[in-house]
Amino acid sequence: MLSTALTSQLVNLCAAVLLLLAFAMLAQRRTVALVDLFTAQGVALAISTLVVALNTGHGHMYYSAALTFALKVCALPWILRRLIRRLDVQWEAESRLDITATMIIGLLVVIFAFGLAEPISALATTITRATLGIALAIVLLSFLMMITRRKAISQVIGFLAMENGLFFAASSATYGMPMLIEFGIALDVLVAVFVLGVFFFQIREQFDSLDLHNLESLRDK
Amino acid sequence: MSWSIWGGYSPIDATLVLIGAWLLLGVAGLFAPRNTRFVAHVIFPLGALVGLAMLVNAVVGITAPVETREMLLGLPDLPFHARQDALACVFLALLGGGSFGISLFAAGYFRDGPGAAPGLLGFQYHVFLASMAAVLLADDAYAFMVAWESMALASYFLVVTQHKVPAIQRAGFLYLLIAHIGALAILLSFGILQGGSWHFTFDAMRSASHPAPWASAAFFLALAGFGAKAGLLPLHVWLPEAHPAAPSPVSALLSGVMLKMAVYGTLRVALDLIGEPLWWWGLVTLGLGLGTALFGVVFAAVQTDMKRLLAYSSIENLGIAFSGAGLTLMFRGFGLDTLAAIALLATLYHCLNHACFKSLLFLATGSVLHATGERNLGKLGGLIHHMPWVAGLALIGTLALAGLPPLNGFVSEWLLLQVFLFTASVPQPFIDMFVPLGAALLALITALSAYVMVKFYGVIFLGRPREPALDKARDPGGLERLGLAWFALACVLLGVLPVVVLRFLEIVSAQLLGATLGDRLDSWWLLSPISAERAAYGPIVFLLGLVAVVVVAALVVRRYYHAGVRRGPAWDCGFGRLDSRMQDTAEGFGQPIRRIFAPFFVITRIVPSPSDTSPVYAVQIDDPFWGWLYRPIDRTVQGLAALVSRLQRGRISTYLLYSFLTLIGLLVLVL
Amino acid sequence: MIVAATNQLLELALALLAAPLLLGWVNKCRAWLQNRSAPSIWLPYRNLHKLFHKDAVLADNASLLFRAAPYVVFGSMVVAAAIIPSVGTALPSAYVADAIALVGLFATARVFMSLAAMDIGTAFGTLGARREMMIGFLAEPALLMVIFTASLIASSTSLVAISTAFVTRELAIYPSLAFAAIAFMLVLLAENARIPVDNPATHLELTMIHEAMLLEYSARHLALMEWAAALKLFNYAAIGIALFVPWGIARGDAGYVELLAGAPILALKLLSFGAGLALIETLSAKLRIFRAPEFLATAFLFAVLGMLVHLLLGS
Repeated sequence: MLSTALTSQLVNLCAAVLLLLAFAMLAQRRTVALVDLFTAQGVALAISTLVVALNTGHGHMYYSAALTFALKVCALPWILRRLIRRLDVQWEAESRLDITATMIIGLLVVIFAFGLAEPISALATTITRATLGIALAIVLLSFLMMITRRKAISQVIGFLAMENGLFFAASSATYGMPMLIEFGIALDVLVAVFVLGVFFFQIREQFDSLDLHNLESLRDK
Repeated sequence: MSWSIWGGYSPIDATLVLIGAWLLLGVAGLFAPRNTRFVAHVIFPLGALVGLAMLVNAVVGITAPVETREMLLGLPDLPFHARQDALACVFLALLGGGSFGISLFAAGYFRDGPGAAPGLLGFQYHVFLASMAAVLLADDAYAFMVAWESMALASYFLVVTQHKVPAIQRAGFLYLLIAHIGALAILLSFGILQGGSWHFTFDAMRSASHPAPWASAAFFLALAGFGAKAGLLPLHVWLPEAHPAAPSPVSALLSGVMLKMAVYGTLRVALDLIGEPLWWWGLVTLGLGLGTALFGVVFAAVQTDMKRLLAYSSIENLGIAFSGAGLTLMFRGFGLDTLAAIALLATLYHCLNHACFKSLLFLATGSVLHATGERNLGKLGGLIHHMPWVAGLALIGTLALAGLPPLNGFVSEWLLLQVFLFTASVPQPFIDMFVPLGAALLALITALSAYVMVKFYGVIFLGRPREPALDKARDPGGLERLGLAWFALACVLLGVLPVVVLRFLEIVSAQLLGATLGDRLDSWWLLSPISAERAAYGPIVFLLGLVAVVVVAALVVRRYYHAGVRRGPAWDCGFGRLDSRMQDTAEGFGQPIRRIFAPFFVITRIVPSPSDTSPVYAVQIDDPFWGWLYRPIDRTVQGLAALVSRLQRGRISTYLLYSFLTLIGLLVLVL
Repeated sequence: MIVAATNQLLELALALLAAPLLLGWVNKCRAWLQNRSAPSIWLPYRNLHKLFHKDAVLADNASLLFRAAPYVVFGSMVVAAAIIPSVGTALPSAYVADAIALVGLFATARVFMSLAAMDIGTAFGTLGARREMMIGFLAEPALLMVIFTASLIASSTSLVAISTAFVTRELAIYPSLAFAAIAFMLVLLAENARIPVDNPATHLELTMIHEAMLLEYSARHLALMEWAAALKLFNYAAIGIALFVPWGIARGDAGYVELLAGAPILALKLLSFGAGLALIETLSAKLRIFRAPEFLATAFLFAVLGMLVHLLLGS
């Protein structure tokens, strides 16, 4: 059983690390490095869930932490890495990406999220309510990352990072969702990654590249 | 008149007398308009003395109680009112001190040459000074507007001294146009502030009640009007045109002194006439100020004309002053009066600082211009060898403007940063997060201004001369050096003795905000505006420490290591002959900024094709506001004018028909 | 009072003497990591000694500014060393100059160095000056923001007060400091001409920044500049220690014993700092010069983010 003060500090730390990683993703050009960052996010997420579990003693939070670890630290990164290897895009990087501008927009998004969450978290009663703003910021930042990327894999990683943000909001602000929903989401994510993986092969088959701007040629003329 | 040193002496009367003295001097010059020696050696030095008296009188006047006068001048039943409080005194001191140095310099500077006669110039110059003082004393809207417009007109004539040059005519026109738009906004603001009483004295405005929407309208009209004078975005376009067009002492006066009148006006309207500002006015002013400052400094970094560079740097500094004013209003709006007081002091301090270093640098460019005939940075260089006095004194101004301790630019930056650190305590969500970002922006702006100043100084004074003619450049005469030295001394003194100055400035915050720093200014050498634990800065000890270490290091090296020095050619990488064209040009030095801040600029490049036999490379950088704002407005106005001009047929009977139709129309309406 | 004076002198002496040693240690670690035979850790001293005894050669058109700049740069770094608490916090000089003044001092040194580099009028000098100022205008606000994050927590801008507050308060985790620490590390690398941004060991024309500025210096002037560079690295390390790992720094009311105990603790921290720095330098590749603004913009934004996180979490 962890003390409440320490829990709140540890969860805050995890929140900050998650946000840091979300920002690092925004600034990262290389796809392989993105997967590493995503894995690190998974670790931070699992730790924060575990900390909340230790503090509250809710049994399902332990499962949730384990599930997070299995899915987001082991399974998904493994699949993604494999995909990248099979698609032979290890060395590809995003081109034409103004990182500074993206990050400045990211900063504004963070301010927006923090400002928005301030009154909400004042209403919440859980020990870690201040993290709601960070969770929201992570979701928005990941969204921003999906918008700015042109490679299909980066977009999928952005999508997964967004899910991380949502999950973090759920675990820290409301002590997790019912187990059933959590399993459902986990399964969804897994399936989504599989399906998208298949898509990647199809896209590459068609265009010899994973650059999404090729898809623009599919519209009606 | 309970307070007096010598019986009948009262500061406000003395100020009025000094204004009269300036006017008289100006008129005296008109009697011998072509006699350069008389104007330069009698009129300007006397004007400088009047400036010095103005400075002393204003410093004494700060501690005096507020006094008012009703003057015999003015229209019947509409006399001018004058009032001298601490705020006016601070700016009078700035005007006096600034005009002292600039007039001294001008005494040596103006020579025979093309353009207006020296006597006429002296007249315009002294009317300009007198009208600025009148702006500060004015206590009713009528006197204020008369003084404000005389200031604009006098400075317009000074700007177009070389009125035969088309570019200068254009610059003058632009200046006059924007000055009038600004004056119109100020007039409207006063119109709202009288609050239905139809009394246009400032006293009536202070006592009138201002409902929030009207007060906001008045404030923003005033901000627009004064912002046009200060070069706030987007009304800044006249500044980089007018400053380089004017003779250097006039540029110094415009930039160092006149722009501060805009800060004065804003503070006067917001804190005195309206009295209770709303916090979001402060936020808007702050954002506008920081945006202007960033814009100014980024553009300064890519300029190739030394006076344009300084003009953009003035935009930057006024932006900083306005952001300080914004913080003052915001804290005042939230009822945090002590913080508002510190922000106000920082703003005033920055105004004083800018007057010193910017006047110094504009005067230095004047000396360079006289010695070399060049304003283009691409044709200067190496002047430290030929003009050691100017180079040495300009170095002080350069370091001060770059915001380096222990000179004066750092003090106001330090104060502002301290204030920004408190914005986290503002009781408003979103704002408490957004505003600390201002500190980040301010830090970026200051660091960029160091970049600009290294470019300015390095390209003009250091390196090799880029033109052979530069070898003939020489230092200016004694009066000009004296003028430069006066400002350099002020930069150092304002830098190392901030508390002494702040004790005077504090009286302003006591009068306007009812808040002082109290015992936090007790120690004369240690600046700690909040508390000694929180933040302290003792510049004089700091300076002595730095000097001591440097001297000891030099002595030790000299004593224990043998100090032989040989001279030899610079390392040329085995290439052969180094020449001055291998140094960075001004364009080259600005290149990283051009690249990093590319979205700020409209860049036109001329790059020759590979087969070009006489290749020309050029890059031109334009202000995007012309394309965004001014050209569309211009087109619209032109279009409307073209429509209206269709009415003009050139036949008298047509015009008679218009009159006839108008008459009919009016009769129908009235009857 | 006497303790404070001792502390002050001890710190100054330590900074002056240990700075070249730290540089030697970093170089040694780098050589070890890169499988080279390592130079002696005393090499920087010998270098300084050698340079001080040489005849100075000045370019024909060097002005007084060029000759004065090494002393000003060196002096700024020494004064900076005097106001950063490294062994103890009883620093009299820290009361007249807070962290903002410290940043200003670094800026002073930078400006003088750049001006001196432009004085001779060679292509390299101006190139170095321009790049140095480019790095500087991004690194300086980032450093300020790092310091602001810490000073919001300690509600003081004095480095002494900040590190005292961190030591005396009960142990708490400050997530905002994690951001600040990363930003600080990036700034440190850039400001000290370390690898992803500049390479201290090369004179390859197109990539160098710091060395390009010193190209025209020789003998004692060069020695002072090099010593100042070593002091700068030491100062940055000391700032990092004071902000992020202040444990072991003797408190204001400490006696001689704590003060003396502070020195070995500092040595330990510096050793691990040097090894870490060498590791980072070995692991990273040098950036193109136009990626450097991106690198520093990241540092700046991380520092700002740290401040925002502090404002949100209140810790």
